[in-house]
Amino acid sequence: MTATTEHESEEYSGLRGFAARWLFTTNHKDIGTLYLLWSLLMFFVGGAMAMLIRAELFQPGMQVVDPYFYNQMITMHALVMIFGAVMPAFVGLANWMVPLMIGAPDMALPRMNNWSFWLLPFASLMLLSTVFLPGGGPSGGWTLYPPLSLQMGDAFPFLIFSIHILGISSIMGAINVIATVLNMRAPGMSLMRMPLFVWTWLITAYLLIAVMPVLAGGITMLLTDQYFGTTFFSAAGGGDPVLFQHIFWFFGHPEVYIMILPAFGILSEIIPTFARKPLFGYSSMVYATASIAFLSFIVWAHHMFTAGMPLAGELFFMYATMLIAVPTGVKVFNWVATMWRGAMTFETPMLFAVGNVILFTIGGFSGVMLAIAPADFQYHDTYFVVAHFHYVLVSGAVFSIIAAVYYWLPKWTGHMYNESVGKTHFWLSVIFLNVLFFPQHFLGLAGMNRRIPDYAVQFADWNMVSSLGGFGFGVSQLLFLYVIIRCMRGGKRAEARAWEGAKGLEWEVPSPAPHHTFDTPPRIETAGH
Amino acid sequence: MNRIKRLAGRGAIALALLVIASPALAEWVLNMPEGVTSTSREVYSLHMQIFYIVVVIGVLVFGAMIFSIVRHRKARGVKPAQFHHSTGVEIVWTIIPFLILVSMAVPASTTLIDMYDTSGADMRVKVTGYQWKWHYKYMDEDVAFYSTLATDSNYARRLGSGVDPTSVENYLREVDNRLILPTNTRIKFLMTSNDVIHSWWVPELGWKKDTVPGYINETWTEIQEPGVYRGKCAELCGRGHGFMPVVVEAVEPERFQEWLAAKKEGDTAAAKAALDRASGDAVARR
Repeated sequence: MTATTEHESEEYSGLRGFAARWLFTTNHKDIGTLYLLWSLLMFFVGGAMAMLIRAELFQPGMQVVDPYFYNQMITMHALVMIFGAVMPAFVGLANWMVPLMIGAPDMALPRMNNWSFWLLPFASLMLLSTVFLPGGGPSGGWTLYPPLSLQMGDAFPFLIFSIHILGISSIMGAINVIATVLNMRAPGMSLMRMPLFVWTWLITAYLLIAVMPVLAGGITMLLTDQYFGTTFFSAAGGGDPVLFQHIFWFFGHPEVYIMILPAFGILSEIIPTFARKPLFGYSSMVYATASIAFLSFIVWAHHMFTAGMPLAGELFFMYATMLIAVPTGVKVFNWVATMWRGAMTFETPMLFAVGNVILFTIGGFSGVMLAIAPADFQYHDTYFVVAHFHYVLVSGAVFSIIAAVYYWLPKWTGHMYNESVGKTHFWLSVIFLNVLFFPQHFLGLAGMNRRIPDYAVQFADWNMVSSLGGFGFGVSQLLFLYVIIRCMRGGKRAEARAWEGAKGLEWEVPSPAPHHTFDTPPRIETAGH
Repeated sequence: MNRIKRLAGRGAIALALLVIASPALAEWVLNMPEGVTSTSREVYSLHMQIFYIVVVIGVLVFGAMIFSIVRHRKARGVKPAQFHHSTGVEIVWTIIPFLILVSMAVPASTTLIDMYDTSGADMRVKVTGYQWKWHYKYMDEDVAFYSTLATDSNYARRLGSGVDPTSVENYLREVDNRLILPTNTRIKFLMTSNDVIHSWWVPELGWKKDTVPGYINETWTEIQEPGVYRGKCAELCGRGHGFMPVVVEAVEPERFQEWLAAKKEGDTAAAKAALDRASGDAVARR
């Protein structure tokens, strides 16, 4: 591969150079790095909030925080983790890897790329600052259900504004991915030869464009209800509080797939590499992803089974939700079939990927249980739900991001990370994650409802176990930080093809990937997958 | 290899012991209560059915994965196979899960249809959510009251109160005025709210239902066993969300009539006496 040019570091010396490099950058690799670092920071901020939550729940009675502040913490934890950590991390990975994987020199719209990143820190900081405003931060849950969310203090307009900006940032990121994937593929890289990560991101980008405006509309209606006398969500003026829930979850359910489809893509890259065997069922993976994306638009009301819906609606949303298990099952079976009769090794990315498949599947199982509407009347709003979505989001989305970071760190930094620290990080994470979240299934079934700062003494034992797991999980993540910093500073030199079984264009360029790659497009002769 | 087998054997014994020993630890509750209504029992059996199905699927899928992880590793010197699809297999593992789902959907639909049938009620109770208490009104009777967290719990739950929650009886699970309901009576609930959305939940009845301001949600129950059943507000409703329990006391219909009559007269002592007799009946039955 001669299609690379060396990047001259002298042109960016000094403070001015630093600003020129990072503030004004239009380079997809730099922007990807910025996204990833910002999301890492937010991961620890959101994690600190989770530690506070688990500290309060360590034993019954109120010891650490006031219930009102507790409610702010659960709300902010969700908002920060979703909009600040998980979504930007995937956009960062897309920025870094999509051009490399399809043989493009950069993203299609580099200036917009810069803007979509730089909106993010300001919006996130505005969101975080609401905690210090009179009346405190948002405390009605990240779902912002009215009328409760309308009781918020001065934080309300700032919250709405920051969500608008985060939404704009996401939409621009999504437009960029679509424009890049559809227009800038190297010759020979047909759609059905694209790596699965690119496919899942393409579909995710369409989901983002479809639903972020719906959220924007919903929260704007909240804003006008609060300040301009409209009554969209107030029965007193002819509106309906449940209407907001429909709007919110029409965004919210595709949103959970926005956070999991790229994760599926990452698994489909990593598992074949370390199994030294092609991905099983490439085209069925693509079709399964597209089916999940389609179904995600017609299942939203399963979040509202207890809110009051006609029987026909209840039945429809139950059946549609159960259907999602079919394409998701296909994906899991395909990963297992990819591993089957491979020649596997278990470096850290593979460990996180395999852990991800198993634990995500457990989250999928509780998901099928939750889909059963009459049973959901018991599960809904309990810790069973909390356990479910943390299994799919932490051991699904977050584990896949961590796996991707370990997988591509050699490509980004040019160094191999410390494998034994990486493996320790995995084993500590996976053990503590289960100690943290598995008992929450029991708590929910035994009747502990969610979003409460204090609980009856019968729930004390499992809560203590869960909190201990939480602290362990939190502390273990510092190892991740340590591995990344050490790898950025040095370590064993990584080869262009850092992993023996790795296929794909990103491994054709040197490690670290030069500032500019694929100035002249590569030709793809054989199938990319 | 022998060492691994020995370790695995020990692990299995430890796990078995843990499972056997677990009923002894009363507080380590693992599962949903079966409840005291036909609905709650149907929901429970539905829950267990689906649970067993997913456990079987889990054992198969994870079993295949673990077998593969143990056998198909490079360290054992295996050569990787190069197959990458099989249309037949892929069709099979699309259709089988679909059929399993259909088999789950049938009993779920039956239960759901039954839960939605609010006809033929013998009496009606209106439940109104407030920040942060409940209001109960016996429709067509002149009886209505608020139900708020019991004073001792309310005192102990303050930040830094210094009161050990374990020393408070039914911490966060007791109210000043319980909702008294007759057993073996089909009761229709009319659920609404005065301010924000709440959710009225008693696990032993088998469901929860949101109370939405300006709207009325309907549902029903028929309690089969006398007793005290405790639940909570399940929908985040602000600062006091964790502190608005639901307590239902189900008594024999005769006792309920005595209690209702006394309550209508405003005769607190007689109402209490009726409930005392009801719990006396319960003791006698045992």
